[in-house]
Amino acid sequence: MSIFEDITAIQNIIYIVASILFISGIKMLGKEDTAVKGNFLSALAMFIAVLVTFISELENEPFILIGGILVGAIIGSTIALKVRMTSIPEMVALFNGFGGLATFLIAWSQFDSIGDHYFQHLLAIITAYIGGLTFTGSLIAYGKLSEKLKVVKTSIITKIFTTIFYGSILFLIFSILQPFLPEIGFNFFTVLLVITLLGGIGFVLPIGGGDMPVVISLLNSFSGIAAAFAGLLLLNNVLIVAGSLVGASGLILTVIMAKAMNRSINNILFVGYASASKGSSSEEQGEVSPINVADAFLILESASSVLIIPGYGMAVAQAQHVVRELGELLEENGTEVKYGIHPVAGRMPGHMNVLLAEANVPYDVLAEPDDVNPIMDSVDVAVVIGANDVVNPSATEEPGSPIYGMPIIEVHNAKTVFVLKRSMSSGFAGVQNPLFFKQNTRMLFGDAKESIGGLVSEFKD
Amino acid sequence: MENMEIYALLGFVLILSIYLGLELISKVPSTLHTPLMSGANAISGIALVGALVLSTDSNLQSAIAFLAVLFASINVFGGYLVTNRMLKMFKKK
Repeated sequence: MSIFEDITAIQNIIYIVASILFISGIKMLGKEDTAVKGNFLSALAMFIAVLVTFISELENEPFILIGGILVGAIIGSTIALKVRMTSIPEMVALFNGFGGLATFLIAWSQFDSIGDHYFQHLLAIITAYIGGLTFTGSLIAYGKLSEKLKVVKTSIITKIFTTIFYGSILFLIFSILQPFLPEIGFNFFTVLLVITLLGGIGFVLPIGGGDMPVVISLLNSFSGIAAAFAGLLLLNNVLIVAGSLVGASGLILTVIMAKAMNRSINNILFVGYASASKGSSSEEQGEVSPINVADAFLILESASSVLIIPGYGMAVAQAQHVVRELGELLEENGTEVKYGIHPVAGRMPGHMNVLLAEANVPYDVLAEPDDVNPIMDSVDVAVVIGANDVVNPSATEEPGSPIYGMPIIEVHNAKTVFVLKRSMSSGFAGVQNPLFFKQNTRMLFGDAKESIGGLVSEFKD
Repeated sequence: MENMEIYALLGFVLILSIYLGLELISKVPSTLHTPLMSGANAISGIALVGALVLSTDSNLQSAIAFLAVLFASINVFGGYLVTNRMLKMFKKK
């Protein structure tokens, strides 16, 4: 075990310092006032840990190491500085996948030098499995989020890969038990590496776009757990501490997202909406009342309180800047403006908050469902921009509905509701939305950016 | 099996760290969900430390080590920069 001698006492002490910085960093990242500093501390911790490792490895092909870091730094920085804020979800998925790939490669490289130490055998297999699953799973999530990949849940390709995913779990169990089983005629570890990568595809492929906030949180957690296991494999304490922190934070976000949808994690990953319930309320619900921009303006102009509820449609239409402009004009007009943000609106946890922050909307006017629902009947106009399932009253009114029980923003209790929508298609859940047919609802059809832009110019005239 | 003690010790570190992580992050406001995720994602690039110590004895191992360092570095640099960019946008009224 040469690893024991390589990690010297000094190196370990510096690792402990880095671990403390990581812990303080992630703690500060959880509060608005200290978040920037927290991210900096965590970056500093990373720098210290990498530097001391690098110094101790100088005799080990420094050119490979420096080359890898330099190229990685250039690629990573370029993507990070160029990416548009609407593309953040897929970019986080991509980076996450790369972290998973790195742990996958670590396990691959270490497996040959393990010998007959069973515990190391176990750790290498688990690290490879979680890392590999994170890598290809994140790539599929990236493809789905950036809409480069369109595969139907019921297609034969999805079924094949899903089967491989279940097969990969069986092979993982076999690999864990392998030292106790009779000799086999092939190199099982290579097979495990391949089937793991294919299994990761099958893990994420059947999961729909609306469930992505959960998947992306879970994959984030996996990459941390993989790093922590790699730390056990390499007997490296800073890897264990940092990896565990990430694993824990991803897990918390996963649970928050699942709760916001009132579904179990198991249901999201392995069942999906389609089989949740057989449409009980799909019959015709009456007529919708459309409205045009000029009439909508007149109502908004005389409103004393307005609540704006953004959804993924706002991101697609890139409407966050005109939305902020409309909010400011309303405030100048003496209207109280708030934003109602549902935790799973958009494609990743907190997606709407980032978009509105980009458009310079201060974060203290953003309210959560629990804050706005009790005062909903005092809201004059609720403006729903490209959101659907998160404002669907079936969740509170129809026990047979697939989304029944999901906490929503109860805009139907507002005096007037404007729904900005491109067409009458249903949301991700494929559930009809009775909100559109309510007495107090007016539909403003068209592209969200154009409709809001129209309202803004009416205000300016 | 002479090394089991160190696994017991490191396993202890693992459990404590997960517990600490759950405690620290359980009450994060939803405004910060995306930056937290992206910041945590950058931290998972700690795999870079593991990638740096990989063996480079054979050509295959060198290639694996290079790729591991490369992808972990993308994760680290990209993750921290984009988190910083995002956090700078959050303003109070």
